[in-house]
Amino acid sequence: MKNRLRNWGLGGLGAWELGFAGRAGLLVLALLLPVLQAAAQTPDQPEMADALRGSGKIYVVVAVIAVVLAGLLFFLISLDRKLTRLEKELEE
Amino acid sequence: MKNWWKALSVVLLLYVAVAGMLLPVPRLAILNETIRNLYFHVPMWFGMTFILVASVYYSVRYLRTPTPELDIRAHEAARTGILMGFVGLATGSIWAKFTWGAWWTNDPKLNGAAIAMLIYGAYLVLRSSFTDEQQRARVSAIYNIFAFATAMPLFYILPRLTDSLHPGAGGNPAFAKYDLDSNMRLVFYPAVIGWTLLAFWLAQLASRVSLLKLKVYEKQIA
Repeated sequence: MKNRLRNWGLGGLGAWELGFAGRAGLLVLALLLPVLQAAAQTPDQPEMADALRGSGKIYVVVAVIAVVLAGLLFFLISLDRKLTRLEKELEE
Repeated sequence: MKNWWKALSVVLLLYVAVAGMLLPVPRLAILNETIRNLYFHVPMWFGMTFILVASVYYSVRYLRTPTPELDIRAHEAARTGILMGFVGLATGSIWAKFTWGAWWTNDPKLNGAAIAMLIYGAYLVLRSSFTDEQQRARVSAIYNIFAFATAMPLFYILPRLTDSLHPGAGGNPAFAKYDLDSNMRLVFYPAVIGWTLLAFWLAQLASRVSLLKLKVYEKQIA
């Protein structure tokens, strides 16, 4: 916990002290930096979801999708681990 | 780190889910925001193609040195490919409804893909019709190679020889209009890699379950 707090303070600098999940999370965040560019969009002809982006809480939907996907992927990871354990058990 | 590619798949897919929704995309009439389907519909076909290549690879290896493991790996890879193909058909159908105006059109690209999926459906039927395991493995390995050789022209060559509504077929060069957009490449390429890796992960998990089953069965007999 102490470690984590320190890492938050240092920003990305303490990445090597984080566990695997932490490092993966930081990587996702770093990859997502260009999203900030979307905030600087100027509306012109064809309709796009500008209003949604401005006030319509599209970020809520994005968060929900990300949570669903993360849940599915977490399930896959745990299934993978269970299989590895079973394989080891059968080896013995 | 043996499973780095699984971690990469997780990172890329989470990135694609968020960036795919939020990064700016070209403003095109009719397509509007549905242009973002490119990050989800197209990688299904890429993933399917790569995993079917893997399946053929295992089938060829099986025919050179027949082992139950190679048969299992070829079969589970083909099944994963078939799953991704059907998801690709379903997502394409939804996209077509809201841009072309119909769930299905008699477009060469669409019909080619449908026929190719039927050919692979026959692979599953063929497999289930054998009781002898070695015969099943050998015949389905041979069929798998032929299915691949027939399906790929149906997906990627024949639709280009005629007119088609679908991008990447007929008079519509692949992503010419929006491939120029570097923002979309930023998401599209990671999406292709991420979904392809996920396909390999799913196939690997399914193969490991089947292999475990086989080992348990062998132990019970011994």
